[in-house]
Amino acid sequence: MTRRPRHFPGGIHPDQHKAESNATPIATMPLLPRYVVPLRQHIGTAARACVEVGERVLRGQPVGLAEGYVSTGAHAPTSGTVVAVEARAVPHPSGLFDTCVVIDADGEDRAVEFQPLAWRELDPSALRNRVRELGLAGLGGAVFPSYIKLNPAPQPIHTLIVNGAECEPWITCDDRLMRERAPEIVEGIAVMRHALGCATVLIGVEDNKPEAITALRAAVAAAGADFEVIALPTRYPSGGGKQITYLLTGVETPTGGRSTDVGIQVFNVGTAYALQRAVTRGEPLISRVVTVTGHVARPGNFETRIGTPINDLLAAAGGALAGASGEIVGGPLMGFALMDLAAPVTKAVNCVIVKNPSQFPPRPVDLPCIRCGACARACPAGLQPFEMYWYSRARDFGRAQGYDLFDCIECGACAYVCPSHIPLVDYFRHAKSEIWEREREKSNADQARQRHEFKTFRLEREKREKAEKFAKAAEQTKAAANAVETGADPEAERKKAILHAALERAKKAKETVTPKNTDNLPPAIQGEIAEIEARRRAAGLADTPEKTGNDTP
Amino acid sequence: METYFFILIGTVFVNNIVMSKILGLCPFMGVSRKLETSIAMGAATTFVLTLASGISYLIDTYLLGEALAYLRTLSFIVVIAGIVGFTEMFIKKNSPVLFRVLGIYLPLITTNCAVLGIPLLNVAERHDFVESLFFGLGGALGFTLVLVLFAAMRERLEAADVPAPFRGASIAMITAGLMSLAFMGFAGLIK
Amino acid sequence: MLEAILVMAGIALVLGGVLGWAAIRYRVEEDPLVEKIDAILPQTQCGQCGFPGCKPYAEAIAKGEADINQCPPGGEDGVRRLAELLGVEPKPLGEGLEPKPRAIAVIDENLCIGCTLCIQACPVDAIMGAAKQMHTIIADQCTGCELCLPPCPVDCIHMEVVKEDVASWKWRYPVHMMKRVA
Repeated sequence: MTRRPRHFPGGIHPDQHKAESNATPIATMPLLPRYVVPLRQHIGTAARACVEVGERVLRGQPVGLAEGYVSTGAHAPTSGTVVAVEARAVPHPSGLFDTCVVIDADGEDRAVEFQPLAWRELDPSALRNRVRELGLAGLGGAVFPSYIKLNPAPQPIHTLIVNGAECEPWITCDDRLMRERAPEIVEGIAVMRHALGCATVLIGVEDNKPEAITALRAAVAAAGADFEVIALPTRYPSGGGKQITYLLTGVETPTGGRSTDVGIQVFNVGTAYALQRAVTRGEPLISRVVTVTGHVARPGNFETRIGTPINDLLAAAGGALAGASGEIVGGPLMGFALMDLAAPVTKAVNCVIVKNPSQFPPRPVDLPCIRCGACARACPAGLQPFEMYWYSRARDFGRAQGYDLFDCIECGACAYVCPSHIPLVDYFRHAKSEIWEREREKSNADQARQRHEFKTFRLEREKREKAEKFAKAAEQTKAAANAVETGADPEAERKKAILHAALERAKKAKETVTPKNTDNLPPAIQGEIAEIEARRRAAGLADTPEKTGNDTP
Repeated sequence: METYFFILIGTVFVNNIVMSKILGLCPFMGVSRKLETSIAMGAATTFVLTLASGISYLIDTYLLGEALAYLRTLSFIVVIAGIVGFTEMFIKKNSPVLFRVLGIYLPLITTNCAVLGIPLLNVAERHDFVESLFFGLGGALGFTLVLVLFAAMRERLEAADVPAPFRGASIAMITAGLMSLAFMGFAGLIK
Repeated sequence: MLEAILVMAGIALVLGGVLGWAAIRYRVEEDPLVEKIDAILPQTQCGQCGFPGCKPYAEAIAKGEADINQCPPGGEDGVRRLAELLGVEPKPLGEGLEPKPRAIAVIDENLCIGCTLCIQACPVDAIMGAAKQMHTIIADQCTGCELCLPPCPVDCIHMEVVKEDVASWKWRYPVHMMKRVA
């Protein structure tokens, strides 16, 4: 029985541009003299650097350790010397610098000893811990730490979906990977299934990749697995997590939720491949396949080590041709402009496109929204982008949120079809980050309020306690005074005696005190010291015990 | 029964108190900046108006009669003021934010000409008690309808690219004018 | 004439009775509006509004004793939200109350003499330390109120503007391209 994929609302059919880069096999990048490994390559907390400048590292040695729950490690892509741990250009839409470990390769490419895992016998929890150490994160683009996604808690997972749709134009890295390394992917999927303990495994691939589908089906049959490979109609964005879930199972992800809420987990084929390598070879995630395409001499796919500067990667593809007008990291719809060619390939970088003005003309002047509704028809999430745009543009983010802004997957289908060329997704991203900022501020304010209220309460309490203590003391003095008057207070007498004794003791102790560092000296030096002391005493320089003693009680 | 239905339809759409009688413009312009507020204002006005038309009918018929007809306006104003005072306390207790938001407009229901106009029209058109109640309810519902519609439009206008000279009150006035034109389309709905 | 007076007096009496009953029945104990205003204020507790903390300022606004534009850390956005809540027109921030970029206090630990004066001044207990021990600021908890600056006898505290990094970066408002007119 083969499932027939369903149909999600909206979607677009942009020009594929897959043929440019999917004709040649995956090439391996040569070893480079220098790698730059960012510590924040995944969603969540950045890894903490665990190497120092000047330290020698081996391939696969951790250079950053996972910090907190939503985090994962980073590893050295080759052997060499750490020359810097500093802020460097990273592939990020902001163009801001971020902390990176810079490694000068020694050319030997020696590796640490990898520990293959017998995953079939391994407890899923131990497997997840290992995956966390090996730095695995989703390679489809969201780079969410994989070990969290491999955890079937709190919701049990009944279906695993492996996403090989690769719906965005130009990108072909998953296509090539599926064609060439299908058996490894299938084994990786088996590992995922072992960790998740799910019954059904569905592999979705768009039908514009017939070779990949054939290769996967053959690999599944060879492995004797019951995974189902399903051809999806080619329509962007069928590779979106919620879209592929609906296409394959007919289950809609609830608004504001994840597919795990309905017992379905989605992984990218690239992640399955990386997991297979991590588990069967014990090798951390130090390389991935990256598509280099567009206006370059030899477009293709490259097995690239994480940390490879993008300009070296472009050089491997024959370099940008004359007339290039910039680079995009990721696909043309969801990617962003690269600000600095020195930025390295990270776990998130699946594609680098070199633009030229004919294929990527500059964005036309945006015209007013005419409320034609084309965006709503194209929206795969069933939203009304023109309403969200109306309020995002007026900075009325609350109302934009009321139109389910956070169900927007930023696929760019709306902006693609907009006849007024309005950069809709830019407005939505702006609105989202403003709302997040506001929520952060709100939680900070709540915390500050709580702390301030507690401080006020504490001061009040201290004041009250002090007042009570004073009142008590005053009462006691009064009682003592009364006792003196009556001439009999054994308690006060006893206290006085104790105080006197303590003072006497202190006096005595001070008289006999001597410098401690003279204890273990040879007798000759001891004698010398005694002599000097005597001289000083004679000259009246040193404090005599009689003078230091505190005579006034 | 039919009469009451016609009274309702007539007051809500055809002879809308704001759009065709041009009464109650002060809260119409003042409290239409936010949708939630306008709904609340509409509800408060509906409550006051229905009650006011009933009570003023009773006062006019049984207390004043023909002999003391000259006290009509005066006593109606006093009654309305009393009801508004009551409503004010009620809202202050149950929704302080609404109280704050309605602000000056809540006590101003007292001087809302629609609230005085409807009881007076009741007398002029010789409605009986139930007719008066329906006339008051219908007038208030009509007021609420246009107020809410207008507030919804103004909320969208807030986010719109209005040319600078037309921003604020001017575009609101233009919108109100267009709305009034639209409501003229209801004329002749009931034969 | 007497009749008219009696009628009006009767109406007045009845209404007075109803209103009196309502005043008792619907008495408002405390103004929950204060909580709502306080929720909008940024809780820096900096006192720039002239009140000793955010709550007192919220109370003053609720009573109508203070204007809504006295809070620089809240910025124009805070004023706008207050205006929305209270149903009044937003206005620019008051004279001399320009908002500053968000900053946190930093103690120069080489100069700190451990006098604990800043700890007492901090409204949110964001300074760690003990007498004659070095003090330090818990950066996550610092609201940037600057109240610790004046008490320091050795001027070892300074404000550092929080810089934007990859994690806190926000997407910018899209550039609206205008058509070139010849």
